[in-house]
Amino acid sequence: MIELKNMSKTFRTAAGTVEALKNISLTVNDGDIYGIIGMSGAGKSTLVRCINMLERPTEGKVLMDGQDMGALSQKELRKVRREVTMIFQGFNLLMQKTCLRNICFPLELAGVKKADAKKRAKELLEIVGLPDKAESYPAQLSGGQQQRIAIARALATEPKVLLCDEATSALDPKTTHDILELLRDINKRLGITIIMITHQMSVVEEICNRVAILDGGVVVEEGEVSTVFADPHSDAAKRLVAPDGEEEVVPANPGERVFRIVFNGAMAAGAPLITQMAIDERIAANILYASTKCLGDKVYGNMLLGLPEEEETVQRAVKYLNEVGNVIITEVKGDA
Amino acid sequence: MLSKIFSSDAIAEALTILKEEIPFALWETSYVTVLATAFAIVLGLPLGVLLVAGEKNGVRPLPKGVMHVLNVVINLLRSIPFLILMILVFPLTRLIVGTSVGTTASIVPLVIAAFPFVARLVESSLREINPNIIEMAQSMGASPMQIIVKVMIPESIPSLISNFTIAITTVLGYTAMSGIIGGGGLGKIAINYGYYRYKYLVMLIAVIILIVLVQVFQSIGTRLAVKLDRRVKH
Repeated sequence: MIELKNMSKTFRTAAGTVEALKNISLTVNDGDIYGIIGMSGAGKSTLVRCINMLERPTEGKVLMDGQDMGALSQKELRKVRREVTMIFQGFNLLMQKTCLRNICFPLELAGVKKADAKKRAKELLEIVGLPDKAESYPAQLSGGQQQRIAIARALATEPKVLLCDEATSALDPKTTHDILELLRDINKRLGITIIMITHQMSVVEEICNRVAILDGGVVVEEGEVSTVFADPHSDAAKRLVAPDGEEEVVPANPGERVFRIVFNGAMAAGAPLITQMAIDERIAANILYASTKCLGDKVYGNMLLGLPEEEETVQRAVKYLNEVGNVIITEVKGDA
Repeated sequence: MLSKIFSSDAIAEALTILKEEIPFALWETSYVTVLATAFAIVLGLPLGVLLVAGEKNGVRPLPKGVMHVLNVVINLLRSIPFLILMILVFPLTRLIVGTSVGTTASIVPLVIAAFPFVARLVESSLREINPNIIEMAQSMGASPMQIIVKVMIPESIPSLISNFTIAITTVLGYTAMSGIIGGGGLGKIAINYGYYRYKYLVMLIAVIILIVLVQVFQSIGTRLAVKLDRRVKH
């Protein structure tokens, strides 16, 4: 378990001090694939570097299974870093060494015997699906293959936690998908906790179970991916969930009241809810906007409904929809 | 004048000198150059590493004062003209070699002149390394020494070889000057025959051999650097 407690990071620059992270508190449970998402400059990279102390938090604590990372000596820290390894956007492979020797690198640092290291590296090449690239040099590989080698290298010391810093941002969508599949597989098979830093919503949607949204150095939203995505509250979250500005919304008819309906996995049954409401309650709702997303095996939807103005009708509609369960209804005032 | 340089007498004389002196001179020049460069690398490589690793944001920051002294000393040694340096280091040469004149003795001032230069070359090679690679090594739990030995130096091998080639050709140029303090080699022949005894043809030939030597060192160095660079797909 990783706990960040009231962590802040301030950089002193010539232009003054910059607060990169402000009072961050997060808990990542063992086995999580935890997404940390934000626009560039939100402080994501600094945050992930604070976890393995590549950056020292100015205030607050990072606890790894209850152990204060900030209190470790350099030597102890180097040991812990074998358990919390990292992959990067730029892969950061040693370009003058073969793939096999790249994977052996962390083992070499840890003083593992050469023959043992080689054996382990070969197993890892199998895991990442590149058994024939042992003697190739990184420059001879595609981006996706290089990231696979980097993943193999990060797994060499049998870590408990894998930190991914924009690990798929330099890859095309298909390769991104393959790498995410591999990471999910590693998480499931080896039980490694994964922390994913990304600016891509699709990455979080695809593999994360929990997510924190970072904006201006602050965690503005945190929780189960399904909850956060189905019903984003903060501006940053809304921007990320619907990056094109939400939605081409059809303007409401004069006299209509607008409600946001969020289906939290409730659509899975495939019930034609709005139509059913029209039949059962004889309320004609005007659908102004609707979108659905599949997260894991559930369906999440987000809908804007225009309802007739009369209070009684609205009451009935809200009651009807609430009875379905897993539906959140809020009235949208002003412009939808 | 040209006809005088290439007169049959001059050619016959030059050929005799060539036969008698050039092979040994060639050997002297080569051995002094290679040995002086090797010693300069032995001293300059760690110094260059220190210049990069010891910086404020380096892998093993050193006190500001230490870095300042290092830089000043290197700049100082680099600014003394080689001719003067040769004379200045006489006492040191005597201490190490036992004498301050002769071919072997000329290695000492050559090393003193070349090692600060090599340190700067190493510094520039190491600065080319992608800082993300160093961060990667740190994230895997590498100690500063491991980063230097297992990452910084191996990753900059092609660049280091290119720069060492520059060093060896520069040292070769300096050996020609060491004729002044009795250092042997092609430079001595060029000066003794050409300058002191007006045998321009001999001087010309010695210079041509020096040019060929530079070409040889340079092309070996370049080829090695390219061959060892794994960033190139081959």
